[in-house]
Amino acid sequence: MDPHRALLATVLVLATVARGSAASESAEGLAAWRQVYSVLTSPRCINCHTATNHPQQGDDRHRHFANVVRGPEGNGVPALQCVTCHQESNADSTGVPGGRGWHLAPLSMRWQDPSAKILSSTDVCRAITDRSKNHDLDGPGLVKHHEEEPLVRWAFQPGRRIDGTARTLPPLTHEQFVAATHRWVDAGAPCPGNR
Amino acid sequence: METYKLSVNGQPREVTVDPGTPLLWILREDLKMTGTKYGCGIGACGACTVHLGGIATRSCVVPVSLVGDRPIVTIEAMAEDPVGRAVQDAWVAHDVVQCGYCQSGQIMSAVALLEAVRRPTDTDIEESMGGNLCRCATYVRIREAIKAASQQLA
Repeated sequence: MDPHRALLATVLVLATVARGSAASESAEGLAAWRQVYSVLTSPRCINCHTATNHPQQGDDRHRHFANVVRGPEGNGVPALQCVTCHQESNADSTGVPGGRGWHLAPLSMRWQDPSAKILSSTDVCRAITDRSKNHDLDGPGLVKHHEEEPLVRWAFQPGRRIDGTARTLPPLTHEQFVAATHRWVDAGAPCPGNR
Repeated sequence: METYKLSVNGQPREVTVDPGTPLLWILREDLKMTGTKYGCGIGACGACTVHLGGIATRSCVVPVSLVGDRPIVTIEAMAEDPVGRAVQDAWVAHDVVQCGYCQSGQIMSAVALLEAVRRPTDTDIEESMGGNLCRCATYVRIREAIKAASQQLA
């Protein structure tokens, strides 16, 4: 074969393989993101990622009772703080969930609109990968957040309701959630709809 | 049953109870301090409010096992507290109380508010006191009394 033709053929093959590999990686990344999104939008997580002046509670995501409000730092107001009821661990004898530093996510991390409609997969993905909104977390920072943050971990051990029944869990285990976050970040943290 | 060493109004107290027992039950049943009231039992009305580690806390939903070494302060100590005294004086001056059942919780929340915000606005009062219900609807007088206490403390 003409050496020039052979070189051209090799380059084309390599480019095709590379493109295929990138497409495969992106597909895997998006599949992992869908798993992550399924957890983020479950009630145990999204109830404290509101766009309003108050948290939600319950699987039906109703407004938190007792006139609880967000407050300037997301942890309530002086005489009605989150920790007025929520302690550092679940209080199963009284049905009140708890975890260290109980608070609402900042408004920059709202995953619903003001009418409580959950934002699209694309919008949530763009929000949590925007370092101006996510406390400047890069990919490894997001993995660490999902792996170690006490309130994230709480979602997978949410304790019991006042009637003694167990709270509904997110659709993945914590280990599966962290693994999915790893796969998504390793694939470049792709967001659906991005080019 | 477990034994817990508590600090209540500056006094060391010891109780042997089930770990899941709410703090309110400890105060009322074991320590016979009945100034703190049982209202709803689910943290929805505020009648049981005490200060736990300086934070207004619903004692009906906090198991004694989660109290730890945080000091507990109840309505019984408010007369000796400068902010508590000012609030109680204002409560009397404005004749806030009707039936009175919720008022120890109201006062504990008002003191917590004034400890944090010495000149609260109407919004501050409405938000901070929003979890303290009064079936006699003394809310207007409560707001006036908080503002009077605020002026007294200024």
